[in-house]
Amino acid sequence: MFILKILVRNALRHRLRTLLTVLGITIALLSFGLLRTVVTAWYAGVNASSANRLVTRNAISLVFSLPVSYTERIKKVEGVKGVSYANWFGGIYISEKNFFPNFAIEPKSYLDLYPEFVLPEEQKLSFITDRKGCVAGRRLAERYGWKIGDTVSLKGTIYPGNWEFVVRGIYEGADKSTDEGQFFFHWNYLNETMRKTVPRRADQAGVFIISVKNPQLAAETSMTVDALFKNSLAETLTETEKAFQLSFVSMTEAIVIAIQIVSFVVIFIIMAVVANTMAMTARERIGEYAIFKTMGFRSWHIAGMVFGESLCITMAGCILGSALTYPVAWKFGQVMERFFPIFQVDKNTLYLNLLFSVLIGIVAAVFPTWRAVNIKIADGLRRIG
Amino acid sequence: MTDSANPQSIVAIRNVSKVYHRGNQSLVVLENISFDIARGEFLALMGPSGSGKSTLLNLIAGIDTVNGGTISVDGVDIATLSESDLARWRSAHVGFIFQFYNLIPVLTAFENVELPLLLTSLSRRERREHVETALSVVGLSDRMEHYPSQLSGGQQQRVAIARAVVTDPTILVADEPTGDLDRVSAQEILDLLDRLNADFGKTIIMVTHDPRAAGKAHVIRNLDKGELQDVHT
Repeated sequence: MFILKILVRNALRHRLRTLLTVLGITIALLSFGLLRTVVTAWYAGVNASSANRLVTRNAISLVFSLPVSYTERIKKVEGVKGVSYANWFGGIYISEKNFFPNFAIEPKSYLDLYPEFVLPEEQKLSFITDRKGCVAGRRLAERYGWKIGDTVSLKGTIYPGNWEFVVRGIYEGADKSTDEGQFFFHWNYLNETMRKTVPRRADQAGVFIISVKNPQLAAETSMTVDALFKNSLAETLTETEKAFQLSFVSMTEAIVIAIQIVSFVVIFIIMAVVANTMAMTARERIGEYAIFKTMGFRSWHIAGMVFGESLCITMAGCILGSALTYPVAWKFGQVMERFFPIFQVDKNTLYLNLLFSVLIGIVAAVFPTWRAVNIKIADGLRRIG
Repeated sequence: MTDSANPQSIVAIRNVSKVYHRGNQSLVVLENISFDIARGEFLALMGPSGSGKSTLLNLIAGIDTVNGGTISVDGVDIATLSESDLARWRSAHVGFIFQFYNLIPVLTAFENVELPLLLTSLSRRERREHVETALSVVGLSDRMEHYPSQLSGGQQQRVAIARAVVTDPTILVADEPTGDLDRVSAQEILDLLDRLNADFGKTIIMVTHDPRAAGKAHVIRNLDKGELQDVHT
């Protein structure tokens, strides 16, 4: 208790210097926390992937579609529990800045495969039975003020024309990692229109989503599915949902790496700042450390005082920085909702904050401790007066 | 000068030398010093600046090491102790009084006096009793919760004396204890040291320039250029 009293009072001896150092650590950890959360948000789709689901796409590129007739053949593959399909629609709501992901799906099978999209039973039924019906995520509906029964109009880009939908359901995520910013409508509605307007694009699915009985056999199932369509006009590439999502992230991997590097550079900079503060502190107190030694306090006592003070400062910054990360991330998430539908501060980020605070505190105190411990008492006492 | 320890002595200094090295140069600060300090003695070490008196005090107190010779305090040859053992020995056997008081500014008078007791096995209640006793001996019972900055120079030095005696050390070493004080405060400190010596039997070794301060001592030893000159009793 006594020692803690000394540490805290010592840390507050130069209030302005300590305040500025704590502020620096707070801002550094806040920046680190936000950057880490951006990285986590980048991987949100990957993290939300299910081990039970596979995604089959055209082997050449995702741009090319697959015949929807593949559904029945895939269903027959051993280990497959269920199959659905979807097309990326890429529609624009009012203007391009209102971006949100929108898909044409086979409603019943798709919702069965994605239990994380929680929809009241009557809304689900209403959606399935209305070919012009659509469902939107809770956050998306809130953003544009959509209610059940409202008509939503999307301007097609991949599929030209103005497309009108009636909101039949608003889904909620089963957990925080579920994206509540997506929009789904009937694949049949899209397909019927294609049959009339561009017949060569009819009966085509962008991807097949496969539910497997045993995730351990995902690789074998994938190979079996792909083998089915080997040497056909549209060969397939089947991979786990996680791998499929990762392929999107890998396109922007350089940005993610840059963000990660910056986040660690911030930590390194603040480490240098705290080390400078502790070096100044130890230099000023060298006479006091000599007095402590004179009284019989040993090297580990002195080391404890320097390390303790350093850790006091960094932990104060850690607590403030971590506490501020939540409201700032919440605000940031709101502003950047279009780009980061899932923007949650990960627990691991807080653990990293704690780890780095301890690390900064320790590293910053190493050199000052070495000086304080190794100074001869007589030399230390000469610095006083 | 004697070569064997006097049974009455608490400190026995034998052929002590101290040399400081700076680059290629060697500076002999003390050369072949030998003398005894009796138990309960009040010794004043005097001499001009650079004569080696503070260095000798540091050697006796175990905060510096000799280059030659031996120093025994209460039968312990402190030159043979490791740094860790020496720290333990200092905490139990030596009380320090400095010219500039050297109190820890973030601690109250009570906490400053309590500091050396943290190295003992005393309970919190026992520590409190010891601190209160020490502060009452120096007449500062009513200033226990004051910080050093709230005390005058004389009061700070009295707190430093309370801190020095609170562990009931074997010897008290004082380096210019009145050097930073006005005349009245200096006299109060000297009276206090005199009382600690006379009433509590404390062995005191004091370095001073001030002849009035030295006048309180039983024995005055003069040093010049690292050698003992004369003794006044």
